[in-house]
Amino acid sequence: MRQALRLPAALLALAATPLATAGVLPEDRADLLYHRYDGGGVVIDGPSLLVRKKIGEKFSVSANYYIDMVSSASIDVVTTASPYDEQRDQYSLAVDYLRGKSTYSVGYINSSESDYEANTIFASVSQDLFGDLTTISFSYKRGKNDVFRNLADQRDPDFAEEMDSRTYGIAVTQVLTRSMIGVFNFDTITDEGFLNSPYRSVRYVDPLSLEGTGFSFQAEQYPNTRTSNAGSLRLKYFLPYRASLDGWYRYYTDSWGIDAHTGEIKYTQPWRKFLIDGSVRYYTQEAADFYSDLFPRRDFANFLARDKELSTYTATTLGLGVSYDFTVARFPWMQKAQANFRYDHIIVDYEDFRDVRVSVAVPGTEPLYELTADVFQVFLSVFF
Amino acid sequence: MRSAARLAISLTAAVFGVASLAGCAPIEPWVKPYERENLADPIMAFDRYPVSTSYLDHVFESREGARGATGSAGGGCGCN
Repeated sequence: MRQALRLPAALLALAATPLATAGVLPEDRADLLYHRYDGGGVVIDGPSLLVRKKIGEKFSVSANYYIDMVSSASIDVVTTASPYDEQRDQYSLAVDYLRGKSTYSVGYINSSESDYEANTIFASVSQDLFGDLTTISFSYKRGKNDVFRNLADQRDPDFAEEMDSRTYGIAVTQVLTRSMIGVFNFDTITDEGFLNSPYRSVRYVDPLSLEGTGFSFQAEQYPNTRTSNAGSLRLKYFLPYRASLDGWYRYYTDSWGIDAHTGEIKYTQPWRKFLIDGSVRYYTQEAADFYSDLFPRRDFANFLARDKELSTYTATTLGLGVSYDFTVARFPWMQKAQANFRYDHIIVDYEDFRDVRVSVAVPGTEPLYELTADVFQVFLSVFF
Repeated sequence: MRSAARLAISLTAAVFGVASLAGCAPIEPWVKPYERENLADPIMAFDRYPVSTSYLDHVFESREGARGATGSAGGGCGCN
């Protein structure tokens, strides 16, 4: 929950992923993954284990155990708090039921850390239509979260808040030609309760500040509700020499005033037993209405935010993945296995979030903050 | 909230409306099952590495203001 624990977390709820074809259950598989995020003074790493298995011909069950081990000395932490270490554990269980051309899915996810407890249930139904050219999915997710606060590594007994979240989703997957398929997704999410961080602060002009910096900090204050709408379109094309090209665009808007565009292009090229993926992702957003890097005075407005993820910024991500297929003769039950490696490099340019670690004469003239991050994944997939 | 709910209801009605047309006039599939060799190739799967995709989606979601409509789903956490 703390300021910097905003990274690699869930690896989850794979059953909640809308199926490309509703009339087929996913393959039996086991995945063991190690993930590591390193950027902006934050390192988060850990393992994840996923097992998916059919039971009979109509049911498929999946279970996931995931760990985040966080070591944080982010810019937020070093300017207003102290570096810390934390661990988050997550369990999820999901069941798919196939009936004719429909698939029904339900699942449960629990995420637990020292100052945050999240319980989520979800359900979805997918249906194949029009000669199996179209698949429509409806999904619903409900999350109940308990928010706590740690003081000097102990839970503050006087602080306990709640947050509820609901997600309504629809997905339409469409076969367009012999070589092209598309999917449209739309999600509405409503949050209600304690939505800000109990740790994060906002900055305001204070000529009398004790440190002589010309500014001071006070606790951030967000609205108690947030509603967002996001729509996306993905098109995937099979190239004649056996490769694929994937383009994705998403538009996002919410009741806090954030507007965001996301675009991504992926290219996949097989080569012998290898599969090579390259991707470029671009993201841009406008700040929330109540965001400011430096407020003119204390208690300037009812709602105050200086979370850099609510600011105006752009982010570019370059990704490269390599997968190697193999079999093991000693294990005849194993249909095949894959050794996978993926690396992503993220570059974030903030347009109105300043690096207050740099001392300047006039508050608000500090250099803009920039962040780069490296994301590594190594995983082994076994199909049986 | 109300406008979002209305939008969701409208979309649902539209989808069911389109789906109901299937009962009026059968739509001839323009891509036959035996013509789906390319689409069935593993390199055309939307989510070939579900573990990796979910992880990356979460990396982005917890660092960005935007959320949703990615095609995958995660549970809550104190990552904001």
